[in-house]
Amino acid sequence: MQGFLDIFDIYLLEAVVNGILLGGVLALLALGLNLIFGVIDVTWICYAELVMIGMYGMYYMVQVFGLPYWVAAPIAIMLVAALGALLHYIVIAPLLTAPPINQLLATGGVLFILQSFATVAFGIDFRNLGIRLPVLAIGDMHFSYSRLLAFIAALLGMLAVYFFMTRTYTGTAIRAISQDRQIMSLMGVDTKRIYLITSALGGALAGLAACLLVLQYDVHPFVGLSFGPITFLICVLGGLGNFVGGFIAAFVFAEIISLGGLFSDLEWGYVLAFAFFIVMMFIRPAGLLARRS
Amino acid sequence: MNFRHAAWGIGLAALIALPFVYRDPYHLHILVLILIWSFAYTAWSIMGRFGLVSLGHGGFMGVGAYVTALLWNHLDVSPWIGIPVSMVAAGILALVVAYPCFRFRITGHYFVLVTLALSGIVLQVITATRDYTGGSLGYTPNRARSGSGLMALQFDDKTTWYLIALAVWVLGLLMWRWVDRSMSRYAMEAISEDEDAAAAAGVNVTAEKLKITLISALMTALAGALYCQYQMFISPDTVSGIAVSLQMVFAAIVGGLYVSLGPTVGAIITILLAEVLRIGFGTKAVGWDNLVYGLLLVIFIIFLPKGILGSVLDRLKTQPKPSGTK
Repeated sequence: MQGFLDIFDIYLLEAVVNGILLGGVLALLALGLNLIFGVIDVTWICYAELVMIGMYGMYYMVQVFGLPYWVAAPIAIMLVAALGALLHYIVIAPLLTAPPINQLLATGGVLFILQSFATVAFGIDFRNLGIRLPVLAIGDMHFSYSRLLAFIAALLGMLAVYFFMTRTYTGTAIRAISQDRQIMSLMGVDTKRIYLITSALGGALAGLAACLLVLQYDVHPFVGLSFGPITFLICVLGGLGNFVGGFIAAFVFAEIISLGGLFSDLEWGYVLAFAFFIVMMFIRPAGLLARRS
Repeated sequence: MNFRHAAWGIGLAALIALPFVYRDPYHLHILVLILIWSFAYTAWSIMGRFGLVSLGHGGFMGVGAYVTALLWNHLDVSPWIGIPVSMVAAGILALVVAYPCFRFRITGHYFVLVTLALSGIVLQVITATRDYTGGSLGYTPNRARSGSGLMALQFDDKTTWYLIALAVWVLGLLMWRWVDRSMSRYAMEAISEDEDAAAAAGVNVTAEKLKITLISALMTALAGALYCQYQMFISPDTVSGIAVSLQMVFAAIVGGLYVSLGPTVGAIITILLAEVLRIGFGTKAVGWDNLVYGLLLVIFIIFLPKGILGSVLDRLKTQPKPSGTK
């Protein structure tokens, strides 16, 4: 009996730690989406598909062109950042005054475009980088270095965004716009330019997430569907546009998925997370950290 | 308006007569698919036209298809009973999710994302209970013993299916028209403009929204069950999940949300497009149809938010009518 408890605890601890490591990457994704929502007031349904394109970029640069990982990563980040700016310029900018639902559905169309573009251009095979990072063993617990690396890099990325937002003029302007978008154009801030920069920044965060996820998962055109919905739910749970709320919600979700997966199949972890989300929406419709007005 | 009624009557008579004079099985198959999906898209647009954009309809369709098939395979319950049961199940699911949504004023982006979570749940539950549902490999209802096709709602000839699908499609249009002419329509339009003002004017906001959602969910479940009975194969990706929900939204918008035949036009365009690309490119076409869908969706939302049929009808209406003609 004692032995059984010991083993159980170790698995539990391993699941908890893995949940935290997963939470880091989810928090990074949620930050990018929250940034776009908070500043431009648009939800990019296709956000996870940008990550998917970034993962393919990494795959081609590393596997096909033979670039080292550390060279390929910045290029992939810049590529997805450019894609984000392009998405804003072509699709969102003409729809800025349209009803929010239309913006949402237009990015839904972009989701179809990116998915099928990947299907047509790259095929539906599963591909991976072929980089196997060693596994870290502490006692009887096993953690993969790729997850650890992803967690640390995600935290660094978020820290970089934090300093950009608080210490630079552009960052201050971005935060100001998210508070009041009408008045800022009267204050001499070029709103269009800020929107474009924000979109590029959101894209860059998706690119960073792509570089980290490609170490853990195989790439295929529909990989976005496996973490895209979760990212939206995290953002909504934390309160759309609320950076701190999104950060906390990411870890809550990651723990639910990880622990749910421990006691049963991984799918049940997702079911639990989705059900938790729906229940939370009824209890706190404006997000975890919303103050009662 | 007699001219309109006559046109509808003649059109319907022609559609009923069609399979008796034209028997090409492939073309009938495409027509059946178009009719079933048109019904599903009409069901979506019944609530979508009032700004209640749901991405949970993939979930309702999945419930409709899987509950019917599971009852038949595991408990030997005839689809004649299974389909109503599956519709009730989808209706309960809709009420459980929608009531708190409407009660707590979850609208706009938030409503879209809650319903997105709903279709995510249905997809994951189907995949997770793979011992019963076959998981992502799909599921096939058992063949009925010979002679009991009617009881099992399984028919081999396309003509029967065509007539069933046609009847259901007409039912969908009648439902659309019924909602269009009811007081609910005015209530829902007021709600979509301004909920507080509508409530102040005496509209029971929660009840009206629930009514529309329930009708829409029941119809979607019926479409799912019919699709399952016709195709005799369902998989989580073809009848549930976010992709199916987006497909409904897309077709309804391309055809036109605000006119009764809009979703049907959307279904004709999307299904014909997929078929033409499939025949034209063969296996290389994988992905091309969705690429064109996506491009069209973006272009339509930017330039033609009322959809093809809606824009054409608008154009016809605004043209000055020459005097003298009726």
